[in-house]
Amino acid sequence: MTDNKYELVCGMEVHAELKTASKMFCGCKNDPFGAEKPNSHTCPVCLALPGALPVANKKAIEWTIKLGLALGCKINLFSKFDRKHYFYPDLPKGYQISQYDLPFCYDGKLETSLGTVRIHRIHLEEDTGKLLHKKINGEDVSLIDFNRGGVPLIEIVTEADIHSPEQAKEYGKKLRELLRYLEISDCDMDQGGMRLEANVSLRPVGESGLPSYKTELKNINSFKFMEQAINFEMKRQEKKLIAGEEIQQETLGWNTTTQETFSQRSKEEAEDYRYFPDPDLPPVRFTQAQIDEMKASLPELPTQIVKRWEGEYQIEPRFGSKLFNTASEANILDSLFSSAKNKKVAVDKLASALVNKQISLPIVESDVEKTINDFSALHSVEDVDTVELKTTIEKILSDNPDVKEKYSRGEKQVLGFLMGQVMRVSGKKLDPAAVRATILLSLEE
Amino acid sequence: MTDLNKLTLKKAQKLVSEKQVKASEIQQACINQIKAVNGDLNMFLSHLEDPASGQEGALASLPIAVKDNVCTLDFPTTASSKLLEGYRPPYEATIMKKVKNAGGVVLGKTNLDAWAHGSSTETSAFGRTLNPRNSDFLPGGSSGGSAAAVASDTCVVAIGTETAGSIRQPSAWCGVVGLKPTYGRVSRYGIAAMASSTDSPGPIAKTVEDAAMLLDVMAGHDPFDATSNPDKPPSFVKSIDKKVSDLRVGVLYQDLEGLELVRPHIDKAAGIFESLGANVEYAEAMDPHYAISVYTIVQRAEVSSNLARYTGIRYGNDRSFFGDEAKRRIMLGTHALRKGYADKYYLTAQKVRAKFALDYDELFKKYDVLISASSPTFAEKIGASESSSMFGELADMLQEPSSICGLPGINVPVFRDPETNLFLGLNIVAPAWREDLVIQFGDAYEKATSWNSWRNND
Repeated sequence: MTDNKYELVCGMEVHAELKTASKMFCGCKNDPFGAEKPNSHTCPVCLALPGALPVANKKAIEWTIKLGLALGCKINLFSKFDRKHYFYPDLPKGYQISQYDLPFCYDGKLETSLGTVRIHRIHLEEDTGKLLHKKINGEDVSLIDFNRGGVPLIEIVTEADIHSPEQAKEYGKKLRELLRYLEISDCDMDQGGMRLEANVSLRPVGESGLPSYKTELKNINSFKFMEQAINFEMKRQEKKLIAGEEIQQETLGWNTTTQETFSQRSKEEAEDYRYFPDPDLPPVRFTQAQIDEMKASLPELPTQIVKRWEGEYQIEPRFGSKLFNTASEANILDSLFSSAKNKKVAVDKLASALVNKQISLPIVESDVEKTINDFSALHSVEDVDTVELKTTIEKILSDNPDVKEKYSRGEKQVLGFLMGQVMRVSGKKLDPAAVRATILLSLEE
Repeated sequence: MTDLNKLTLKKAQKLVSEKQVKASEIQQACINQIKAVNGDLNMFLSHLEDPASGQEGALASLPIAVKDNVCTLDFPTTASSKLLEGYRPPYEATIMKKVKNAGGVVLGKTNLDAWAHGSSTETSAFGRTLNPRNSDFLPGGSSGGSAAAVASDTCVVAIGTETAGSIRQPSAWCGVVGLKPTYGRVSRYGIAAMASSTDSPGPIAKTVEDAAMLLDVMAGHDPFDATSNPDKPPSFVKSIDKKVSDLRVGVLYQDLEGLELVRPHIDKAAGIFESLGANVEYAEAMDPHYAISVYTIVQRAEVSSNLARYTGIRYGNDRSFFGDEAKRRIMLGTHALRKGYADKYYLTAQKVRAKFALDYDELFKKYDVLISASSPTFAEKIGASESSSMFGELADMLQEPSSICGLPGINVPVFRDPETNLFLGLNIVAPAWREDLVIQFGDAYEKATSWNSWRNND
């Protein structure tokens, strides 16, 4: 937007598969990517055979609410599943069990550095099977694999609060971080375990209402592509708006080769899914006390942890945030840091050694002691023989005659070079402060 | 011993346990009877050719006829639709597991209105079933095949399913006992869904006691059916031979137009309960005509959704294999759920449904059971359903209010016309989870009257 005549108005819909042990409405193993062959993780329920009935997965419902609470959502104490009808070969019942007007969670938010993105709703549904289009014996065939059919799927829908492609990307990444942190989804984008959709429209800068149209970017499997596609779509729409053309309401895909969006389906007629409450599944009721209990058992969230570590251990937030992906990992680090602090180990330095991969992260609780020992070993220093040190420095300086000159011209970075050389030549772990002081002395001479 | 196929479940069980008769002999007698009459009456779509042995248990290898919308491993399951012709389910219904675990043997699969859509068994894609009492007449439906199987002594006892009248109306027309349990009392898992919010499988039997015995086997929680009641059911046979004195009976719908034929027989039945010491009075309920609208909309909506899985991609046959009745119901249900129409039709129907439930709550403050006719007429003549697509609703009107509320009910025969040999039935309805009451009243009535010729075999 060169002249900033228009601004982006964008809302996102993100689908993520939950990694429960079993599927959403049956006992089949929920592991579509690990299945040994197609249709091996299926049963009468997820194949929708005559007479089969769904039974809701309690864990999946609890995890959906867990995510909702982590995003500050309100929780519907009375909720239900609805049937969403459409015909597609990967949908064996002819309808998807989803949630229509009473999603488990609503009205939350996720902060990005570019502003708050309000969460409109989070609902729980089932994933579809997978179509494979192949040539077998020279004939084009379509095959269906129902291993993914019935896998629990959450949909997180935002308000149209996203105003730049960068913010869209940041929102997506933060959401993925949270899903992984809560250990409810692997968010494997390549495999389709997390799928992004953006509703894109533009409005003149200074206006505040929602534009009368939108295009839907669908089936995009990376944050980078999403950013590129939104960028492209903004330019395309701007051109049309300036030329006074109408923008088609349609579903668009992203062609990564031509770097262009392309039309997948026009949306002139609103689809009619004929939603109605699924009579096979009783409504889901919670008491406020149950929700409060779930809220209390929610793990401390990543931003809070990083902040707390900064206060307690003086760990820089940029390091703290890099050390863990999941709540379990953060837990182990907490025991590491508190144990290190008790042993009077410099926790901030320990953290930076972990980030710089000088020592490896503890995988389980019992690794904590070893990590502290590794760190201590890393930083144990040998006594410095000042005479020997001085000789080494002199030798390096005479081998590199330009260094002293550069230093006197103010190129202080030669100090780092000299430090490295001294450590290498001496072959010892020397106290960096002592080495540095001696080098400085030699350079001043 | 002759006529082993005519034995009641109770008697058959006794004879087998006393080793006076082998279960295989009873099975063979039923198979012989099937071979003798099924060609004319067409109640079985498939059946055993030779006796089979079952596990040990209460049902002692006794032969049971099962409606063909219930998934079985040993027989095809077609729901009497061409679309599923030849379909063999890779799994069996929970009630089939229960029946087998109790020692029952599936004798064969019985005809129904295709997908259980109807009250005549005339909409079956595999030909209509005829009424064994008089083969110029229909058996009713949709469980017409199971009711006719019991009436024709081709089985010891049978399983039907009811959405609104589909057990009780054919039982009335065939002069047998049909018990529709409370919705959720018996698992629906493995039964081709018709209207998911009202489908209730139940027994069709020669006597009330037989029905109670089979219900004891069928009832109970099923973790595969989220709508099934987690509570352990009581023993239903314990309600046999219990007095009804001092219990309260409300008589319903006696002032309705069109009930002239059955009214005197229901009054007579009320008199019998009175003579047994019950307090009987006429009761006022919500107009059952409204239930027709509610049921028609809710049931069509659910049907249109439940049949959406038959896409033509699987089972070999595409949607052109649906019969006219299924197509009509799919279209009406689809319309009722359309955007902008769902509020007007489906949601309004659900609100009225809730009103009926409140009405019953009030009624059951005053009465332990409610009685009415099971059907306003005797069995209709062959071909009656073909002229009217709303055929079922008029016949089911008396059943629909309690069905949409999920209440239990039983049909017991109250009158046999000696000229036509056709029957009328009494419908006894109780509060949810009180099957014990409908059994208690049904049994008391049966034993206070002499119509039931099978009881002589007991």
